[in-house]
Amino acid sequence: MSKELIRLQNLTMEFDGERILDGINLYIKDHEFLTLLGPSGCGKTTTLRIVGGFLTPTTGEVMFDGKCINDVPPYERQINTVFQRYALFPHLNVFDNIAFGLRVAKMPKDEITKRVNDMLEIVSLKGYGHRNISSLSGGQQQRVAIARALVNEPKVLLLDEPLGALDLRLRKDMQNELKRIQQATGITFIYVTHDQEEALSMSDTVVVMDKGRIQQIGRPEDIYNEPTNAFVADFIGESNILDGVMLEDYKVRFFGRTFKCLDAGFEPNEPVDVVIRPEDIDFVPPQEGHLVGTVTSVTFKGLNYDIIVDFKGFKWLIQTTDHQPEGATVGIRLNPEDIHIMHKSEYSGLFGDYSSYSAEYDELTEDAADEEE
Amino acid sequence: MKRNKSVLLSVPYILWMVAFTLIPLGVVCYYALTDPNTGEFTWSNIAELGTFLPVFGESIGYSLVSALLCLVLGYPVAYFIAHRKPLTQKLLYMLVMLPMCMSFLLRTLAWVALLQDTGIINDFLEMLGLARLPLIRHPVAVVLGMVYNYLPYMILPLYAIIVKIDNRLIEAAEDLGCTPAQTFVKVVLPLSMPGIVSGITMVFVPAVSTFYISQKLGDTGTFLIGDVIERLFKQGDNANLGAALSLLLMILVFVCTGIMNKLTDSDGEEMVVV
Repeated sequence: MSKELIRLQNLTMEFDGERILDGINLYIKDHEFLTLLGPSGCGKTTTLRIVGGFLTPTTGEVMFDGKCINDVPPYERQINTVFQRYALFPHLNVFDNIAFGLRVAKMPKDEITKRVNDMLEIVSLKGYGHRNISSLSGGQQQRVAIARALVNEPKVLLLDEPLGALDLRLRKDMQNELKRIQQATGITFIYVTHDQEEALSMSDTVVVMDKGRIQQIGRPEDIYNEPTNAFVADFIGESNILDGVMLEDYKVRFFGRTFKCLDAGFEPNEPVDVVIRPEDIDFVPPQEGHLVGTVTSVTFKGLNYDIIVDFKGFKWLIQTTDHQPEGATVGIRLNPEDIHIMHKSEYSGLFGDYSSYSAEYDELTEDAADEEE
Repeated sequence: MKRNKSVLLSVPYILWMVAFTLIPLGVVCYYALTDPNTGEFTWSNIAELGTFLPVFGESIGYSLVSALLCLVLGYPVAYFIAHRKPLTQKLLYMLVMLPMCMSFLLRTLAWVALLQDTGIINDFLEMLGLARLPLIRHPVAVVLGMVYNYLPYMILPLYAIIVKIDNRLIEAAEDLGCTPAQTFVKVVLPLSMPGIVSGITMVFVPAVSTFYISQKLGDTGTFLIGDVIERLFKQGDNANLGAALSLLLMILVFVCTGIMNKLTDSDGEEMVVV
């Protein structure tokens, strides 16, 4: 693929003795759409601000095109930023906001007019040039912020939770829009978000962060299908995470049964975390099931039902379109491709148990993650 | 019902206003338009105002120079304070306010003690074997007195505005290629405009009508409009002419504040045109 553009080497960052970043190593390729994903306080915004030049790392290096740019101030970097909550200049109108960078670069006037107008069209704000910033809606301000950064044709665009303040519908539209712009311009995007769905649907590469460390780097599919630890498995989508033992390659034992799986490369009899995604589980009649349990709770979610099934005291979340009544006895079958094995980590046992399930489990798990920071 | 009650709350102030602002204002108008001897209606006081135009000019000149000096001196201070930690900010803010806790007259007298021919500075110069300097009775001393007395009125509104400028806007400017100096000119300064305008107003308005400073620190020929009015009331016993002058000064101050406010109000739109 394309060449490496940015490399972060052993970045650490400390504020008042508190370690915010802890050994970040990452390289970003030209034309890539890379997302830093994690709960609030995980260090993703700090990482972005270091790349933008607004923070200097305590130790480590930021390489841009092979050169260390630690000491290069923001105004000399070929990088532009779309700030969280936009940071548009209130004393300038839409046109002047977008033209700001070009004017600083002393571009000829007619060229500026042309480029700003082209950009207004790209972000669907044609005819808004004379408008005051304060007269725009959140979504419009958002697009001005993107236009103001993109018009300079930077090598890299940094986006710090740019869609955070928008409502769901607008956010979906803007996600598509951003992806389209990124593909059309070929500009490298580094995107910060805590929304895993956003990260999965937009990115070429997802970097999952927690506690100032990178937990996993990979394509969205790999991150989802093969999470490296319980934190990633839980943060990206829902997961049932069970204790298991890897008997040998392709054979794992949990719940007193041995299952075939597709994973290999573990020590014999290594204790492992077993991930089973809620949507991979199908109900079968009890007599045909590998496991048999009782439905304890059913929630209608629109697209599917969230069904909690109690297997010998351990509750699983199952997402299915087959309705099961509460109290029903159900069986499930697990195919080898439904089972994913992870090494034990510091996160083992913290996630993936739905015993304390309630309809608000999304919020509950997020809060729990926040508190651990 | 509730509304009527809340109107009652403003009655004391309304009475105060009528007794000590509106009625005196009426008296000033009455004096300005009557003859000192006969007490009959006349325009002659107003007609005589033309002779005082040079004094008006001088007063405005002194006040403008002082206001601009206050801006030049005050802006960096306000900027500095606004970029400290919250606790340091409070402390520095108090330090700026501190001189205002002392009487205006005392502060001006203190400058006399410093600057006069037998004053502290000259004593010190002599001690060093240098010649005494004519520091007092000089236009510069008057400007110094004005700047010293009114500087807090410049710093405080500037600080209030600068401290509210979102740091992300400064980062955004740097992100878009501005050096720190460019960031200041293109973002910080335009966003400070409301503070600059209200600071200048708050220095200019009291400075233009002052009389004490010029009397104590200026030379005998330095008469500002406030001095003239004071003289007309106290010594020249032409209170009617004094009243006319006061009226003109008041109108002048109104016009100046009006222009200043206009500048701030249309700020946003003006920027659009530029």
